[in-house]
Amino acid sequence: MMEQEGRDKVKSAQDSSAKQAGQGNSAGKPDLSVSIGGLKLRNPVMPASGTFGYGKEYARLIDLERIGAIVTKGLSLRPKAGNPTPRIAETVGGMLNAVGLQNVGVDAFIRDKLPFLKGIDTPVIVNFFGNTLEEYGEVAARLADLPGVAAVEVNISCPNVKQGGIVFGTDPQAAHGVVSLVRRRIAKTLIVKLTPNITDITVIARAVEDAGADAVSCINTLTGMSIDIHSRRPRLANITGGLSGPAIMPVALRMVYQVARQVKIPVIGIGGICNIEDALQFIIAGATALQVGSANFVAPGAMISIVDGLERFCRGQGLASLGPLVGSLVTD
Amino acid sequence: MKDFNTTVLSNQEISPGFFRMRVLAPDFGKELHPGQFVMVRVQRNPAPFLRRPFCVFRTGVLPPECDGLPCREYVELLYKVVGQGTAIMAALHGGDRVDILGPLGNGFDLECGAGDVILVAGGIGVAPLFMTGETLVRDRRVDLLLGARCREEVLAVTEFERQGIETYVSTDDGSLGCKGLVTEVLEQRLEERIPAVVMACGPVPMLRKINSICNSYEVPLQVSLEALMGCGVGACLGCVIKGAGHSDQSPRQLTVCEDGPVFWSRDVDWSQWS
Repeated sequence: MMEQEGRDKVKSAQDSSAKQAGQGNSAGKPDLSVSIGGLKLRNPVMPASGTFGYGKEYARLIDLERIGAIVTKGLSLRPKAGNPTPRIAETVGGMLNAVGLQNVGVDAFIRDKLPFLKGIDTPVIVNFFGNTLEEYGEVAARLADLPGVAAVEVNISCPNVKQGGIVFGTDPQAAHGVVSLVRRRIAKTLIVKLTPNITDITVIARAVEDAGADAVSCINTLTGMSIDIHSRRPRLANITGGLSGPAIMPVALRMVYQVARQVKIPVIGIGGICNIEDALQFIIAGATALQVGSANFVAPGAMISIVDGLERFCRGQGLASLGPLVGSLVTD
Repeated sequence: MKDFNTTVLSNQEISPGFFRMRVLAPDFGKELHPGQFVMVRVQRNPAPFLRRPFCVFRTGVLPPECDGLPCREYVELLYKVVGQGTAIMAALHGGDRVDILGPLGNGFDLECGAGDVILVAGGIGVAPLFMTGETLVRDRRVDLLLGARCREEVLAVTEFERQGIETYVSTDDGSLGCKGLVTEVLEQRLEERIPAVVMACGPVPMLRKINSICNSYEVPLQVSLEALMGCGVGACLGCVIKGAGHSDQSPRQLTVCEDGPVFWSRDVDWSQWS
């Protein structure tokens, strides 16, 4: 009984100090919801495009209604076969991939994949890309008024295809052009996924913000390679590929930190996030939301345990919401 | 001062969160001055990032550890050490812990009509065929043709035989069974009698040969394929193969993890491995 009273006293002390700090009441369940443009998510945790299929692949393993959003595999105007195999190679602390944006195409997605996603009470963010400016515009037009699609994420950063993708992601004018075009075609929340394979990512981030993006997600994979010394062949048929996993996390964190200080729109942090500790680092660096990528392959429950961890962390810190944590890095 | 790899003798938790570890350190005491320190590397290699796919060899049930406790179901994996991941696996001991995701993918189609079945295994490719044979042999004749490089790579023969599956072994060097390729043995068998279906697992060159043999004898064939896999559930698209009728204009790609790992041979584009 005494112990219970003691705990209550501590809790109420925390409550009042939290209130004084403008952080609300911590007695209830912390509110993990975040807003990205006009889109409100129940929590900031979502899969990174390309690591979660079209959602259904993981439906038997995790409760899709506990994550903040579902982000689809990148779609193109027409179906795309992608690159030859081998397409993946394990590396220290991560993996390389050169899948080459294999996808069913936007029409087959709408016909075959979207009906399942509509039955899930979680916002769907459709990732897409084009080989040309016109293709970006055309895919955007098809998604513009589509029920069941809450937001789009424009990929201007895939390192594994010759045309499109990264061509638009490494030149601020080209990035501005493609995002402006998509913005004109689509009123839904518009996220732009940025490449780290550039000298200064903040230049592109500012360009796409200026073009009307509602948020930026950073980072896509870092270009890398791996060699089999016995055959002297590259471990990927594409020779080079995109590096993901914990190995890239410090780089991703640094870029999220830099971008968050340069733009006013929300930053979605991606890059090697595996657990709650990683997730919190991104939030403190300035990320409003998070995408979990290759960790899904290794631990399908990773996103759920991050959601649980955020709730625990907020409760432990007496935070009623995540807001005060975002960009709260202490540098003095 | 020296850098050496050594053995942990004991590692005892003397109080919650506090440990006392002893490691073998020959001639160390003479050199060490009181107050000096050592640098310990706890693991020589970084842990592999990805999981590894393994076919289930068999399942079983162990009796309870003591009265009143439930029986203990297990899965048994039969695997070959081929790289870093399997080497670490091979060093595991009873009591160590591992994460398992499964069961995944599609196994052999056992509802493929009555009649004899021939199983063909190349080396470690025997792994997915045991439970398949065990199930099929209940109501039909099942033969296993097992090919390997040498006798050391001929695995689990007695377990198949104990199920009533007739087993024919061939090795490249003739160190066990007949000398020659398992595909030659298959051809001889098909000359004598035609089974309802052939089910095979092994290296791709072997499977390609079996596919062309089965085509010429008009025997339906199911193959279990191996691939580098990232996720095991169809999300990463690392393990795709070309399906029959694939073209770049109208892609027909299959994931080994989700659409397979067992395929009817007619659904696979065999020219991708030529």
